[in-house]
Amino acid sequence: MTAMQSYLDIKDLKKEYVQGTPILKGINFSIEQPGIIAIIGPSGTGKSTLLRCINRLVTPSSGNIIINSQDASNARGKMLRQLRRQVAMVFQEYNLVERLSVIENVLSGRLGYMSSWQAWRRQYSQHDINTAFELLAAVGLSDQANKRADSLSGGQRQRVGIARAVMQDPSIILADEPTSSLDPKTAVEIMSLLERFASEKNIPALVNMHDVKLAQRFATRIIGMSNGHIIYDGPPQDISDDILKEIYGGESWLD
Amino acid sequence: MAGLTPQQHKMHPDPFPRKPWHSVLSVLVVVYLVYSINTMGLDWQRFIDGLGHADKLLDRMFPPNFSRWELLLEGLLESLEIAVISSAAGIFLSLFIGLLAARNFMPNWVSVPVRGFIAICRSFHPVIIAILFVKSVGFGALAGILTLIIATIGFIAKLFAEAIEEISFKQVEAIQATGANFISVILFSVMPQVFSRFIGFATYQFDSNLRNSTMVGIVGAGGLGGTLFSAFQRFDYDFVAAILITIIALILFWEFLSTLVRRIFQCRS
Repeated sequence: MTAMQSYLDIKDLKKEYVQGTPILKGINFSIEQPGIIAIIGPSGTGKSTLLRCINRLVTPSSGNIIINSQDASNARGKMLRQLRRQVAMVFQEYNLVERLSVIENVLSGRLGYMSSWQAWRRQYSQHDINTAFELLAAVGLSDQANKRADSLSGGQRQRVGIARAVMQDPSIILADEPTSSLDPKTAVEIMSLLERFASEKNIPALVNMHDVKLAQRFATRIIGMSNGHIIYDGPPQDISDDILKEIYGGESWLD
Repeated sequence: MAGLTPQQHKMHPDPFPRKPWHSVLSVLVVVYLVYSINTMGLDWQRFIDGLGHADKLLDRMFPPNFSRWELLLEGLLESLEIAVISSAAGIFLSLFIGLLAARNFMPNWVSVPVRGFIAICRSFHPVIIAILFVKSVGFGALAGILTLIIATIGFIAKLFAEAIEEISFKQVEAIQATGANFISVILFSVMPQVFSRFIGFATYQFDSNLRNSTMVGIVGAGGLGGTLFSAFQRFDYDFVAAILITIIALILFWEFLSTLVRRIFQCRS
């Protein structure tokens, strides 16, 4: 471990869904600084798999994932659930529980801290309820609290998704293509929200994206992936056309 | 343009080839139908004669005789109790059995045996199950209740399992990602998606249990069916008519209630 407190350490992470066709071919990086870290790369290169390995929606084939000096790669049962509540996830298609109200969706971020009896009886602490309404105000949806989640627009849903993630009081946020289903203006708003919460909570947000310009605008660090490997890991301004060519292949799409 | 102007075509195979076994199968079905009608000795004359008997029966049924209303009410209340208890117990058990049978949540070694159990519950008509229970627990309402619990599980648990298998897994993943335990995941991501369908299935099943609760009595498993059967045996056709009218009233009343129930829950969900 480095001298500095590390939020996340990934060591030689490999994943193959089908024997012999690895998706992740040995990923190494560690995150020591808060703020937005963008992961860019073409579709099918394993960005999603990487994020889903970190909160163990996917079990890695080998390697280590160290979150707050605990190894998540083999965690099971209660330990896995405790790790998951430190790692909040924002999804490309928002994944809100559509038939629940907006405020219930935000509060569901606390489920990792509650027994199922408390969950069944909806026994949230007063503190949690206050936090949920404050978060809803922070994402600008105070007046939608009691609407059903499926009545919201895409941008509004993603705001709820972010509020739910922050509700977990996580030590890291993972966002899997959070803006890919949104228009460019809303995408910028969503990235600003992620940036704001990351800095308020002083935690890193690991964001998969394929919009390079948007990544360069918000990220403090960019990780470029191609074909299951990390090709680039550094500050956004150092990404050159040559590196982009290496990440995405070809060059006809550049300018 | 290729494909639009007549040219020298390469011969493509017909994408809808005739399958000879289709014709063979159709002929076999028709032959079997004709054969069955012949062996049963069904003919028009028997039907005409039968209508005459039905006429006599109807004559004796009307006017219906409600003078033994106490007996009727007793049977009716017992039927209602059988239906309510068996529906409540059966639907409650089906919630768990349905979840255990859902292949997207349970490993095969759980779901396959549970599915087998459900299939067994469904494979016998309630009358057969009722006979078995009357033989094992004796005459009376208990046999009827057990019968309809089995019937409820056979139908509802399967529908519950299928409803759970059709849900969106994205919402499940989102709740899993919060660190929620298994039961909380079910409560917050599965139940909201299936709840209104469950209400629909449950009201249908209660409807069916209500009708079946008036039937299990015929084999001695309690309820109005017993009264009906003995009235038939004593040729009290006017009392039979009274019982039948009562059953119709009961079903219509439930029809009215269930519309109300469904409307209430649709507003909420």
